[in-house]
Amino acid sequence: MLILTCPCCGVTAEETEFHGGGEAHLKREGPGSDDAALEGYLFHRENPRGVHFERWRHVYGCGKWFHAARDTATLEVFGTYPAQSTRPPEDLLETIRAKRPGWRWRDLA
Amino acid sequence: MSDPVSALHGLTVEGSVRVEDLAPRGMITLRGDLSDATVSDALARAAGLAVPDRRGIAVEGEKRLAWMSPDEALLILPRARLAATLAGLTETLASSHALAADMSDARALLRLTGEDAALREVLARLAPVDMATFATGEIRRTRLAQVACAFWMPAPGTVEVICFRSVARYAFDLLAQAAASPRIS
Ligand SMILES: [Zn+2]
Repeated sequence: MLILTCPCCGVTAEETEFHGGGEAHLKREGPGSDDAALEGYLFHRENPRGVHFERWRHVYGCGKWFHAARDTATLEVFGTYPAQSTRPPEDLLETIRAKRPGWRWRDLA
Repeated sequence: MSDPVSALHGLTVEGSVRVEDLAPRGMITLRGDLSDATVSDALARAAGLAVPDRRGIAVEGEKRLAWMSPDEALLILPRARLAATLAGLTETLASSHALAADMSDARALLRLTGEDAALREVLARLAPVDMATFATGEIRRTRLAQVACAFWMPAPGTVEVICFRSVARYAFDLLAQAAASPRIS
């Protein structure tokens, strides 16, 4: 069971109060993109064993979207951060570096 | 105009925790940035209550002013004052990026009364909330079993619950059954 803290309302609750929204920080590829970019946007996902970044929505609470960093193997949640972010905050990355030396996720490490 | 009726016509179950469906009240939802002073001042003036902080609820008589999210507040007030309050709020916020809407018929309002520990146990059985630390003055939006709800304690020994009107019977039955089962703690 995941325990998440919503950065919008500050509630800490277990995952049944939230709803997962898939991988974080996807860049939309639309008209003007080539086929490979569109295919990647639609279908290619990280699916890591370990550190992962996701979107979540506080669906039964304040209703807001946010981002979460967690370990898919241990279910440890490293932290949550606002939806209005194109990349995880540096202090969160430092936390993950300390806990999971050598981790990689896309161009983050 | 026809008279408003509550979802369950005042249905009440007596017990160590009493569960009742309350008479209809006015409910105004305000959407707008609550950190914007124009919006929060207008709301405070209309409500006659200070706008509560994050996850807070202000209580005075039949009035409630609840923080629902960074851009949503809920004002509960006597039905008789609904129209004038909504009109005033709409006028004050005419040039702001905010919207006040009459949501009185969208929700049901239930009340639980009983011993504090019993009330906390009833809610702990149904909602993923740590009821040991839940305090008066706080509002919690969460779920009761399978439906969305919000609850708060206006005073020790009382809990008020709102849910969508369409699931009022489901929420009432959940609470009544949880209240009727033997205490564990
Ligand atoms: Zn939230």
